[in-house]
Amino acid sequence: MTNSRNITLSEAVNEAIAEEMRRDPTVFVIGEDVAEAGTPFKILSGLVEEFGTDRVVDTPIAEPGFMGLAVGAAMTGTRPIVDLMFGDFLFLVMDQLCNQAAKTHYMSGGKLNVPLVLRTNLGATRRSAAQHSQSLHALVAHIPGLKVALPSSAYEAKGLLKSAIRDNNPVVIFEDKLMYNDRAPVPEGEVLIPFGEAHVLREGTDITLVGTSSMVQVCNTAAEILAKDDISAEVIDPRTIVPLDEETILTSVRKTSRAIVVDEGHQNFGVTAEIASRISEKAFYYLDAPVQRMGAMDVPVPFSPALEDLTVPTSEGVAACARAAVRGEL
Amino acid sequence: MNAKKPISNTEDYLRMYRQMVRIRVFEDNANQLYLSAKMPGLTHMYSGEEAVAVGICEALTVSDKITSTHRGHGHCVAKGASFKEMFCELLGKEEGYCRGKGGSMHIADQSNGNLGANAIVGGSMGIATGAAFTAKFLGKDDVTVCFFGDGATAQGLMYEVMNMAALWSLPVIYACENNGYSEYTKTQEIAAGSITARAEAFGIEAHQVDGQDVLAVNELTQKLVARARKGEGPFFVELMTYRYHGHHVGDINREYYRPKEEEADWKEHRDPIKRFGAWLSKEGIATQEDLDAMQADTRADAKAAVDYALEAKYPDGAEVDMHVYVE
Repeated sequence: MTNSRNITLSEAVNEAIAEEMRRDPTVFVIGEDVAEAGTPFKILSGLVEEFGTDRVVDTPIAEPGFMGLAVGAAMTGTRPIVDLMFGDFLFLVMDQLCNQAAKTHYMSGGKLNVPLVLRTNLGATRRSAAQHSQSLHALVAHIPGLKVALPSSAYEAKGLLKSAIRDNNPVVIFEDKLMYNDRAPVPEGEVLIPFGEAHVLREGTDITLVGTSSMVQVCNTAAEILAKDDISAEVIDPRTIVPLDEETILTSVRKTSRAIVVDEGHQNFGVTAEIASRISEKAFYYLDAPVQRMGAMDVPVPFSPALEDLTVPTSEGVAACARAAVRGEL
Repeated sequence: MNAKKPISNTEDYLRMYRQMVRIRVFEDNANQLYLSAKMPGLTHMYSGEEAVAVGICEALTVSDKITSTHRGHGHCVAKGASFKEMFCELLGKEEGYCRGKGGSMHIADQSNGNLGANAIVGGSMGIATGAAFTAKFLGKDDVTVCFFGDGATAQGLMYEVMNMAALWSLPVIYACENNGYSEYTKTQEIAAGSITARAEAFGIEAHQVDGQDVLAVNELTQKLVARARKGEGPFFVELMTYRYHGHHVGDINREYYRPKEEEADWKEHRDPIKRFGAWLSKEGIATQEDLDAMQADTRADAKAAVDYALEAKYPDGAEVDMHVYVE
């Protein structure tokens, strides 16, 4: 890419917001400690200096309150970017997000729009225990009316966020909080990644690895491990799960005949189940092995590193599962 | 009636009367549609509370916003909606305000500033506060009125958004319609302490007003709206009122929580339409014949709208997955 710099995922988010706020005066940021503090992760540092406290709005610790306020603001002509400090706090805003934001356009017969972005995070292994480590994107993906984006690098973080801010629907975007300092090449200026277009990171012929968010790198590393065993893995990042680019995934599986779906949400009733099921429904006769799901263990996230590390999928685990699939050992 | 200082002219008084009658007549028709099994689902009657919606909405401009509740037909009519689109919506027809997708509990009429009724008790308090945030953010002088019932004062969201509205001086008026019952339970059994004190705790100026007196409601609201436009908001108003029906149209045998004598007493002695009609006659603004003629006209309008809605077409099945997302 020309004019690309290696910037962190955190910088990419900051840049995306600043660019959109310069472009559109109706865009504003609202949430806890977003202004002078720039969030606990320092993602938004510098925005308040450029845009002032009218557009970078610190709130009381009242997630349902500022979420609901943002819904009303979005319905009446602004574009709020709501900062939800931890994905775990989604449970606090569920009514405003799922009963209000998600349904307003439909219930009003198309008369009212809610163009808001809810930025939050996912990801375990930060030693933050059960209430600051969950990956809850499947929960909101279940609700019609919401779009769900899962950036897997700084590049996706910028491009998906800018598209989300311009979208006329409520969009929930989950950043992996362990990737905030990870660098990737990101072009300067306009980067817009359309929703519903998966990215094929690596082409392969023996097995398809579908990974989301943090699990994209896990799948990529697994593919490198598998290459040493002469197993050719194709790696696909859906980028958004609502809408989901089913066609790119199905085309890949029809070619490779095998698939593993890897996601950091809990495995039960999760994103892996949904994607695996679509593959089984629509590419069944092309399959040489049962589609495998690898999600987070179905336990609350434990604190102790000795336990927490067991709960999330690893590259070695994905590679082992892929080997078994390719060798007919499942 | 508290009309020592006339706040408006004859036309305004007559329009207020007509709007209250329109709400009562709308509800009588909606109730009949339910009782005759012509309406899908059920609905919540606003009858008895007309002076609240009309007194407040008559103090607003078209671009001022309101958020409404599951008991929302009164707010919708008072903010300017038409019978035809409302009855079509109640019957799930294509020409309804929401193309039949919302129904009684979700009518939104954006053209008149009605951001929609909400079927989650207290659910629209954030939306109303956000609409007021927009007005301040974009430098408009719109005021938003958030209608909710006494039951909604038990929801935590109210306290979160009142806190922010007070911190940021937002142009929002929280209008608590205290009809004495929180669904099937007396409000005094679910609300500790004073309702206005809840707002006062945030430094929000709070008033209590007789919600059966349309002029008192209107006079207070006009003052508060003018002050909210100047950045002196938010405000809180508790309107003492009464719902004539049960929690919803199907709540018919309700003596276990509310005596018939109490209902009869409110209807006989504190009916907002009777009281205002008597005042209009006494002041020589309208004769009883004028008022009767207005009622008859309104009933004829409602009948025509109901007849139209009953015959109107349902939305095409292809609309079921339309409007999930903005294209």
